Formats: sequence, C-alpha cells, structure tokens
Amino acid sequence: MEAGYNFAYLDEATKRMIRRAILKAVAIPGHQIPFGAREMPLPYGWGTGGIQVTASIIGPEDTLKVIDQGADDTTNAISIRRFFARVADVATTERTAEATIIQTRHRIPEAPLREDQILVYQVPMPEPLFRLEPRIAETKRMHALADYGLMHTKLYEDIARLGRIGTAYNYPVMVNDRYLMSPSPIPAFDNPKMDRMPALQLFGAGREKRIYAVPPYTPVRSLDFEDHPFRAIRAPHACTLCGSAASYLDEVVTNDQGGRVYVCSDTDFCRAEQEKAA
Amino acid sequence: MSALLKAEGLSLRFGRVSALDDVAIAIWPGEVLAVVGESGSGKSTLLRVLSGQQLPEVGTIRFDGADIHAEGEAALRRLLRTDWGFVHQNPRDGLRMAISAGGNIGERLMSNGARHYGDIRAQAKDWLARVEIDPARIDELPRNFSGGMQQRLQIARTLVTRPRLVFMDEPTGGLDVSVQAKLLDMLRALARDLGLAIIIVTHDIAAARLLAHRIVVMRHGQVVEEGLTDRVLDDPQHPYTQLLVSSVLAA
Amino acid sequence: MYVAVKGGEVAIDAAHAWLAEARRGDTALPELSTAQIEQQMTLAVDRVMAEGSCYDRGLAALALKQARGDSIEAAFLLRAYRTTLTRFGHAAPLDTAAMGITRRISATYKDLPGGQVLGPTFDYTHRLLDFALVAEGMAPADVPERAADEAAIPRVSELLAREGLMQREAAAEAEPSDLTREPLTFPADRSARLQNLARGDEGFLLGLGYSTQRGYGNAHPFVGEIRQGGVMVEFTPPELGFAIEIGEIDVTECQMVNQFHGSLTEPPQFTRGYGLVFGSGERKSMAMALVDRALRAQELGEDITAPAQSAEFVLYHSDNVEATGFVEHLKLPHYVDFQSELENIRAMRASVTKAAE
Repeated sequence: MEAGYNFAYLDEATKRMIRRAILKAVAIPGHQIPFGAREMPLPYGWGTGGIQVTASIIGPEDTLKVIDQGADDTTNAISIRRFFARVADVATTERTAEATIIQTRHRIPEAPLREDQILVYQVPMPEPLFRLEPRIAETKRMHALADYGLMHTKLYEDIARLGRIGTAYNYPVMVNDRYLMSPSPIPAFDNPKMDRMPALQLFGAGREKRIYAVPPYTPVRSLDFEDHPFRAIRAPHACTLCGSAASYLDEVVTNDQGGRVYVCSDTDFCRAEQEKAA
Repeated sequence: MSALLKAEGLSLRFGRVSALDDVAIAIWPGEVLAVVGESGSGKSTLLRVLSGQQLPEVGTIRFDGADIHAEGEAALRRLLRTDWGFVHQNPRDGLRMAISAGGNIGERLMSNGARHYGDIRAQAKDWLARVEIDPARIDELPRNFSGGMQQRLQIARTLVTRPRLVFMDEPTGGLDVSVQAKLLDMLRALARDLGLAIIIVTHDIAAARLLAHRIVVMRHGQVVEEGLTDRVLDDPQHPYTQLLVSSVLAA
Repeated sequence: MYVAVKGGEVAIDAAHAWLAEARRGDTALPELSTAQIEQQMTLAVDRVMAEGSCYDRGLAALALKQARGDSIEAAFLLRAYRTTLTRFGHAAPLDTAAMGITRRISATYKDLPGGQVLGPTFDYTHRLLDFALVAEGMAPADVPERAADEAAIPRVSELLAREGLMQREAAAEAEPSDLTREPLTFPADRSARLQNLARGDEGFLLGLGYSTQRGYGNAHPFVGEIRQGGVMVEFTPPELGFAIEIGEIDVTECQMVNQFHGSLTEPPQFTRGYGLVFGSGERKSMAMALVDRALRAQELGEDITAPAQSAEFVLYHSDNVEATGFVEHLKLPHYVDFQSELENIRAMRASVTKAAE
C-alpha cells in the first residue's frame, strides 16, 4: 500500500462526511445531496465522484470491480482499479459475481446484481434537467415542487419532430414516483435494470459535488408516454464472440471499407457466455 | 355567491414611491374586471401581487377563501398551473420560443399529469383552432408566428387546463389596432363560453369597455373609483377618471 | 514615490533592472537555457506558439524565459515579433490524414482501423507528486517500441461521412480569412472563426467549451478522434506555380462528433466541431472543437441562447493579448476621468443631502 496515505486515500473524517451524504441520499431516493467533494489525484471527469464514494464505503475485506463502457480492460477502468489496489490494497476482480463493490462508468453489468453488492456510478452531470434549465437554483425549485412538465415537454417535442424520443443514453428516470433522476450516461438499454434492483445503487458526481442513491428494490421508471412507451435500444445483432443476442453491443470498425463487427460491451458477461458454450 | 379572489389592505412601497396604498379588490366567478390607469399608477404591480408573484408589505389575498401565501410556494405554484392562468403583455414572456406551438400548449397539460401523447396533441390542435391558428401549424416554433398569433397561442397555452381565474397584463399592448380588435373579440367569446373570471390590466379604455363587467381606476397606488363599466365610463365621478375618459374621447 | 508619472524615467529603468534580477533569481544556481526550456517545458512552449500564433519552438522558449514563465506575456512577445515578419502567402490545407501519428484516440469506437495510440499522455497517471523528480540525473524508463504504421490512418470523421452519417464540410474556394491582416467582421465565416479560436486563450476556450457541456448551449459531444503528430506544410510560391514542402510541424487535431440535427423531413446527421492547435495542445483543441460547434448554431438553425453560441461574444473576447491589454490598462493613470467622477458624485450627494433636510 502507498506509504503516507490513509487507507483508500481519503482521511477518515472526509469518509465520514461522504458516508453521511450517502445515508441522506439513501433516505431520499433520487434526491441529489450536495457534499464537499475533495480534489482527487485523477482529473475531474475521470470519475472523481465515483472514486470518492467507493473510497468511503470500501473496507479491507471488499472485492472491487471497476468497469468503463462495460469493460474491465479499458484504460480508465484499469487506472482506477490500480489506484485502489495501490491506496487500499483490496482484492480486485473482473468477475461481476465475485465483486462486493462495482464502480462503473456508462454501463450496468448484464448479470443481475445481488443484495450483497453495491453499484457505484460515476456521474458527470447529476442534474437531469440541466439541458432544459441550466440554473441550479431553478432546477432545485423544480425538484422541490415535483414540477417536471418541462421534461415531458422535451420528450413531446422529440416525438413531434423526430417521430420518437430522441434520447438514447442518460435517459431520465423517476425514482420512487417522486424525484426525476439522471441515471448517468448509461445507454437507455440499461435503464430497466435499475428498477427494483436488489443491489444498492450509489451515484457520485465529483465536479458538481453531489451524491444520490437508489436503495435496493426501489421502483425506477423511465419517462415515457402511454402511447409511446419506453423502449430499450440495442444494435440488432448477435455478439461475434459469444453469440449473445440479448446483451448490449459495441460496434468495432474493422477496416475503412465499412466493415464492422459487434461484440458485448460487458467483457465479463461475454467471457462467461463463451465458457458456457465451450 | 362568495368572491373568487378577495384582497384587502394591500400596501407596497418601492423606496419612497408608494406602488400600492391600502388597496382592496374582489372578483367573482365568471366576472371580467378591468384595472385601468396610466403608466406608474400601480396597476401592473397590483396584478403581480394578486397573482402571488410579489409579496405585499401589508394585506391579504384570499382565493376560494384561503390565503394564497399560507401554504407556501409549492401550493402557490400548483395554483398557477391549475386554477390560475397568467397572460403576459409580451408573448415571449409567456411562451417557450424554442418549443413548438403544440409543446407550448401541451406543457401545462403535462405539468398536470397528462401522459398520453395522442390526447395531448388532440387537445393542442383543438385549442389552436379555438384561437384561430391553423392546427396544421402545431409543430412550428412560435417565432415563425406574427405578434397576434403569438398572443393567441399564449392564451391557448393558458386556457388549455381550464383555469377559473386568468390574470392578463395589457394583452393587446404590443399589437396593431386591427389585430387588437380581433383579439378582444376572441377573448370576450372565450370568457363567456368558459365562464372565466379575468382580471385584466390595461391603459386602453376602449378595451376595458368591450371586455369588462366592472372597472377599477387606479392612480398613485390607490383605487380612486370603481363600479360597473358603463357607469364608470359614462358617468365618471372622480376627476382623474373624468380626465382618463375625456382623453380617450378627444383622441 | 509613485507620484507623478512625469519624471518616471528613473523609476522605469529601476523597475526593468529589478525585473531582470527577479527573472534571473538566485545567481548561485545555473541559468536556465532556452534549449532546456524548449526540451523540458515542451507543453509551455507549445502553448506559447499556439497563442502567439507563430510556429517556432526556439523563439517561444526565448519568450518564456524572458516572460519569467508567464505564458500570456510570452505569447504577447511572440506576437509582437511575428507581426514584423513578411507575409509570403498561405500554405495549402494541412493533410492531417497523412499525419505521422504520435497519439490517436477515439472515444466513439472501442477499436478501429489504425487502433488507439495513447502516446505520451497524462490521462491515466495518478496525480501524486513524484518526489523522485526532485532528484536530478535519473534517466527515464525505456519506452516500449511501437510498430510503425504501414499506411495512413483513416480519420473517424471520414468513416462516418462515407456512411452518410457525418455532414461533410464544403471545401471553400475563397482564400481563407487572415485576422492578422484584416479586422474581424460579422458575420464571421468559418475560417475566420477557426483562426480566431486557434489563436485564442486556452483558458477562455476551456471555460466556454465547459459551459456548453453544462447546459449553456445545447451540446451533445463525443470525441470522434484526437490525433497528434507531424504534418508536412506545403506552399505554392507564385514564381513556381506548384506546391513544394517547406517543413513539418507538430499539431493536435480534435474532431468532435455532435448529436444529430434533423427533422421529420431531413435525415438526421452528425455534425462536426473542429479544433486544430500547434504542438500538443490537446486540451485546447478539444475546447476549440466544442466552441466551433457551438458557434455553428445559427447555420444549423439552432436557437442562440448561450454565450458560447454568440459569435461576437466569443470572438471578441478570445484573444488573450487583447484581453490582458485592456484589463491591465486599468492600472494606468485615469486621474482626469476620475476627477470628473469625483466632482459629479460630490455634487449629487450634496443635492440629495440638501433635499433630505
């Protein structure tokens, strides 16, 4: 472990402060709790919010998995996993089933999560309304009054202009029928996994200094219209490696003549599927 | 029958200027009440205070018998998007210019829980027709509309949820005279058909005569005269009202 | 005493001597050479070249030394030198598709022809102070050899454009604008905007680009591609009539892919924000690409609601040499104007006090 630093980098007083924010967030599902985010040795936008949440809840007996775009082998996931291995000396894994804490950027693992797991999301913009109303003071008021007509108007405009809802990722959700929430930039495909998930879901936004949460088994509903229901979108292909026709796929360009293949974005799921087939 | 909105003892000062000085006003269901006076008479301040957008220093405002500020801002906002409507002088202040005509009308429905796209659209088209805008233009942005059309769109957006009381601030203010007349006719018909109560602030005596059942005359933040429209305009008692009325006749 | 700018010659000379002394620092330590700055403060040199709008590492290093490391002051020095140079003409458009790649990443595809090349990046370093650097004389670790690219690496924007997903840019027939010769006018064409942004202050563009991500301007950006490396500069001398290579420069190019712009009748397409900066100016190239895209709001029929979308606001305030001059000029004497303000406010106060009595 790195000498000169506390376990998991942050000092214990800071961790307690962050855990208090997490407790508040759990008590009011979907509501954004401001917290005194610290400067981290990784840049803003690289996942400083998620890292601080993970650092505050991780213990020596935990097993950590870090994914970015669903994969354990993406550079940023490797970097964050190494960071925790260095400052917390915890066990790390690439297997979803073995992890007690999963820190993620932009995906929810394909394999269903359990009650004894925590999913930590890295969040760039916690405010789901910011594109419609950039003033934080005003969006706070809208949340307080549950005044979400504007968000629906945006979806209405999409359908009127484009024939469908034009949001494919960071698709807004209602948590526990009360708070409008940004699911972070996960593909809309992953939204249904958030609904009544047995695992605790924690969201950390470092630069914007907010934490929010979805406690286990909380209803999470993607916004839609009765006659234009929410639809999860994925590329209509099967994975080239494991053959899965249900997982979320990455498009890989193979040459400049328009050649491309599709592979699972969740590398651990893909490995497991390949092993099952073998 | 009891008053729909009843305000008593309203006072508000801006520095040394008295914008409202012990004003009392009431409006009954289905009634159109015009507040007239020159610029600076306090009539626009009165409208902001009555609609809860500004707190008076002294005085109370009751809607359906309940103090509008007693339940906090959440309750007031709910009132503003359900039982109340507000029509601004400049349609840009009351419309979302980057959102289609249909979206502008639909927003109020969606704020009140409407979640069926087809129904929202049908209602938006119906309201466009009612305010004499071609329903085929439902997906156009308001900025492509003329000033008169924008104002009619703002009215449709306000009325779609069937409010019981509508506040209007010089709704014909920025429009050509011919367009003004058409809009006033439309407002009169809508108020009658929907049984709306309207508090309209205007400096246009002719508009007040056409629309209002009753008139309140304001000067220096005080109500100097009030009564049935014909009585006030044909037999003004207060010298200031006499001046207002005669200046219209002269012009 | 500071009083009297008149007769300040002695004061100025003394200040300059002091400045030279402060620049040199402790003479017990060896003096920093411009060659050391050029080799070891490379990103500072790059920034000065970009904002000084002059590709010359040696001069930029000298400017940095002279400016005591103040990058805006150094850019100012370089600009002041540049303006004395003869303008021969303009180069042919750089062919960045033929770049000798040192870094190339795409955030939109996990893998793609040519691959992802991280290059010498801070991106995945942990920002823990490396006290080993305090000790001198340590040789850096060996860098693994990278297989040389056998062919030109296709640009991501081109991959998208071939499928019709990315709007192609119209090739301009006209000679590009040159803001160093002609003043900015409005509406400013894309070449003028891009030149302005390429010369613009990194911090200003960073803040503006950031604002578009936070809702001030409707951005949905993806980094289609960032590439860094050397490109040949070609120039056609009028007396020759054909293009000759006059040298190679290092540049960073960023192509931002932005969410579709379309309607029921018009098929959706990605639109491009473009950034190109001298040297390894990656942060600035990204910010520039965000701002370039924001400034296209009008041509793409989007509402102009945010500062980053307002061409006048952005282009008039991006130049740090202009900005620093005007901001800092406030410390120059303004006694005369202030005196009239003093008289004015005294008179107004007197009349109010009198009225109150």
